[in-house]
Amino acid sequence: MNERRTGEDSSFESRLAAARKKQGLDPAPVAQEVNGKQISSMGVGLRVGVEMLSALVVGLGLGWYLDSWLHTKPLLLIVFVLMGGAAGIANVWRLLGPKPPKPD
Amino acid sequence: MGILAAGEPSIDALGQFVLHPALGMLGRSVNFSQGNLMMLIAGALILSLLYFGMKPAAIVPGRLQALAEIAYEGIYSMCHDQIGHEGKKFFPFVFTLFFFVLFGNLLGLLPFSFTYTSHIGVTFGLAAVVIVLTTVVALKIHGWHFFTYFFPAGAPKALAPLIIPVEVISYLSRPVSLSIRLFANMVAGHVMFEVFASFIVMLAAAGTLGVIGAAGPLAINVVLMGFELLVAFLQAYVFAILTCIYLHDAVHLH
Repeated sequence: MNERRTGEDSSFESRLAAARKKQGLDPAPVAQEVNGKQISSMGVGLRVGVEMLSALVVGLGLGWYLDSWLHTKPLLLIVFVLMGGAAGIANVWRLLGPKPPKPD
Repeated sequence: MGILAAGEPSIDALGQFVLHPALGMLGRSVNFSQGNLMMLIAGALILSLLYFGMKPAAIVPGRLQALAEIAYEGIYSMCHDQIGHEGKKFFPFVFTLFFFVLFGNLLGLLPFSFTYTSHIGVTFGLAAVVIVLTTVVALKIHGWHFFTYFFPAGAPKALAPLIIPVEVISYLSRPVSLSIRLFANMVAGHVMFEVFASFIVMLAAAGTLGVIGAAGPLAINVVLMGFELLVAFLQAYVFAILTCIYLHDAVHLH
């Protein structure tokens, strides 16, 4: 009796969900989970752009500064711009890639 | 937002971000700009929100008290959830940062006002405070162990000359991305306001048909104002939550 009851309930729930979906009552999930919080896809796009750009800017600045300090123009600038690009990719990977299991 | 003079042929979208001395002669002599004035106003508003909001200290809060309590509890739970138990120590810092940015964004939406968060100098200054604090906290808690942050455990030793610079650049890019995100959002929003507001003036100057057509950019600006209110809250929230995430990294090292 009890089992039949729960079975009925779950089928009712699924039928209700299907009906709501058909009527468009449930909004489609547009947000996605990043860093444990909900961000819209436009937010993700903007964040990815800013992360890549800022790493590149830092690489450029470091290369430029080290070059003018060590008089190695333009060797270090080239190296650090490439590394800045790599750091940008690393930032994006850390943002969107698979999460490592939490130690605590 | 700046107001464009009628009949001016070009769109001066960036003139609104120029700093001018405020408070007359006194301000001119110490280079006190309208940006500094807005910062003082924002600080005074935050303090008075908390002071006058909590003054009744009612068990059933009124509207202002409810606002002050929601603000306090919201940031408190953000610190606690993101950083962990140690987050309580950083609550005053994150609270101040969030409300300074939020009030800067919101006050900038008022006419004849000035958005101090639209200056990269201001946002980078705030981000630099954040990154110096996180580094100091990490060094204080973990000591030399902090530097293992730049070389993930288990990576091949031969790759160290490549991984360490990349990780250092990645770490140093945090304040840059934090400041560019806030600054770019604010500048973009206010430039759009200015451009569409100039369209209104230009169309209205073009005759009867133009006056009818000017309803278009006016409607866009109305919608934009709602959008910018959302952005003002969102960017302050993002700034605060990223600060919390960086502090979490500093406290726990991954």
